Amino acid sequence: MVIADPPLMDSSAPELAGTPPPPAPAERSVVAQIEHLDFFYGTTQALKDVTLDLESRKVTAFIGPSGCGKSTLLRCLNRMNDLIEGARVAGGTVRIHGTNIYDRTVDVIEVRKRVGMVFQKSNPFPKSIYENITYGLRLHGRRDKSRLDAIVEQALRGAALWDEVKDRLHQSGLGLSGGQQQRLCIARAIAVEPEIILMDEPCSALDPVATAKIEELIQELRARFTIVIVTHNMQQAARVSDRTAFFYLGSLVEYADTRDIFTNPAKPQTEAYVSGRFG
Amino acid sequence: MKPEPSTFHSRPDGRRRIERATTWIFRAATYLVLLAGGAVLLTIAVKGSRTLFQSEAPFINWSFLTEAPESLYIFEWEGRTLEMGDREFRAFKERNPAAANVEAESYVYSAGGIFPAIAGTLLLVLGSMTIALAVGVSAAVYLNEYARDGRGIRFIRLAILNLAGVPSIVFGLFGFGLFVIFLGWNVSLLAGWFTLAFMVLPVVITASEEALKAVPLGFREGSLALGATKWQTIRRNVLPYALPGILTSSVLGIARVAGETAPIMFTAAYVVRDQLPWQVERLGDFFFQGVMALPYHIYVVSSKIPQNAHTERVQYGTALVFLLLVATIAGTSILLRQHLRKRHSW
Repeated sequence: MVIADPPLMDSSAPELAGTPPPPAPAERSVVAQIEHLDFFYGTTQALKDVTLDLESRKVTAFIGPSGCGKSTLLRCLNRMNDLIEGARVAGGTVRIHGTNIYDRTVDVIEVRKRVGMVFQKSNPFPKSIYENITYGLRLHGRRDKSRLDAIVEQALRGAALWDEVKDRLHQSGLGLSGGQQQRLCIARAIAVEPEIILMDEPCSALDPVATAKIEELIQELRARFTIVIVTHNMQQAARVSDRTAFFYLGSLVEYADTRDIFTNPAKPQTEAYVSGRFG
Repeated sequence: MKPEPSTFHSRPDGRRRIERATTWIFRAATYLVLLAGGAVLLTIAVKGSRTLFQSEAPFINWSFLTEAPESLYIFEWEGRTLEMGDREFRAFKERNPAAANVEAESYVYSAGGIFPAIAGTLLLVLGSMTIALAVGVSAAVYLNEYARDGRGIRFIRLAILNLAGVPSIVFGLFGFGLFVIFLGWNVSLLAGWFTLAFMVLPVVITASEEALKAVPLGFREGSLALGATKWQTIRRNVLPYALPGILTSSVLGIARVAGETAPIMFTAAYVVRDQLPWQVERLGDFFFQGVMALPYHIYVVSSKIPQNAHTERVQYGTALVFLLLVATIAGTSILLRQHLRKRHSW
């Protein structure tokens, strides 16, 4: 894993040394399908006719300049936009395993259990590390102490945090460093065994070493989870993702294998963005 | 070559004179407040401690804190002037039949203690704060967590703000009309509780809302993203962290509830009552009895009975006990708040 990134200024394509090997072209199973999605904040249209499939156990990166709608789309996938006043889906569907999660009969709680989220600003709860991990499980009625203990260890190992915190599980999660806090949030998300994990610029507040650890972690998690990551850092997208979607002004400009987006983009806008000429 | 005169020496001019004058005006205003507050507290402390404390052991005048008010009798007996409370005077007359027709000056409420008033005030504070916190925090949770901003909600907020500015006597009349007359609760603890609770509700709601707003959005989002319902999120991840702030608001509420006379004078307070609040026959009667209360007792002994040197003792004594009581309750909630803050800080 490359820690110090070479600056990306005007080279036409970023280095792809860290890119995972291209997946075998066979068996592309689709987990979620977004079709013709239109989304509004009040009267402002944030997403215009977005259509995109998410593939199982792949890392998909959403890139694009600020305000392009990439975070909005991410939050459509677990209906976190429901919390924002005046935000609404005006058309189109978001299907997860064929079910439109915006159907009236769909329970948003079930959606969020299946689609976990890691936020831009790490938000461990002011509780102990142990309670942070078990929070989601207790919500769903899990009480069995020995089972919880096992899940805590498993989740912390899964988030590459176990060795650092195993001796202080009952101390506050807020005593951890920024990078550790973010990994705690990842551990908290994977403890409830979601199928999809959404990451909203998970490294934007972290230093390069902590960022490298999170990126390494994402590589490990892709064996078990479908991951969608929003990032401002194009090299990060190049390093961690299998597929990349480039958004501009609320529209999906191009969606392809990461290698293609960065080396051989089909649209001139994409080329201009990934080569650093705008955005 | 002569050196230039330093440019940093102050030269008296209009600007600087105004600067000094304004500083002193602000300083004087601050000291004036201190002076006024100090004068009030000091007077009560000095005069009240003559009632509350005594020179011989146990130094605290327990009978003032534990007995009910009595009339004070002063009379000449065998060449001496004797001062006695009601019960003592009757016992004295039984022991000395010759004293049966002695001429005594009587001063109402000037002997005995103020225990029924202390108990009544504690009960009023406890009950009304319980009601106010239950209703107020629920309303704040609704306004801050559930309600979507709209014309209706803006109107409710405006109404709450206006309610805070309503004089307490109006709450007293409202309570009298609704609880005492219309609901037929008579002058009772229950009527007093609700009247006082309604009076502090705006303070409790506004402050609870501020406390809820201070809990970071990330706690809510993080919890919801794990599949929590709104109520699970509020109960486990918002309210515990808002509690210290809510308690702060309740301290202000306690001081007001304990101190207001107007809301209880029609709804809950008796001038004097011999039984203590828990001396009731049936449990149900407990809620429908009037009680004595410290602020109302101060009002009665300072303006409803003839004034003289003997009544002053009760007036200042009661005022001092009242201040100490409020300070104790407020201090306890501040300690509780600090304890909670230590456990739940972020």
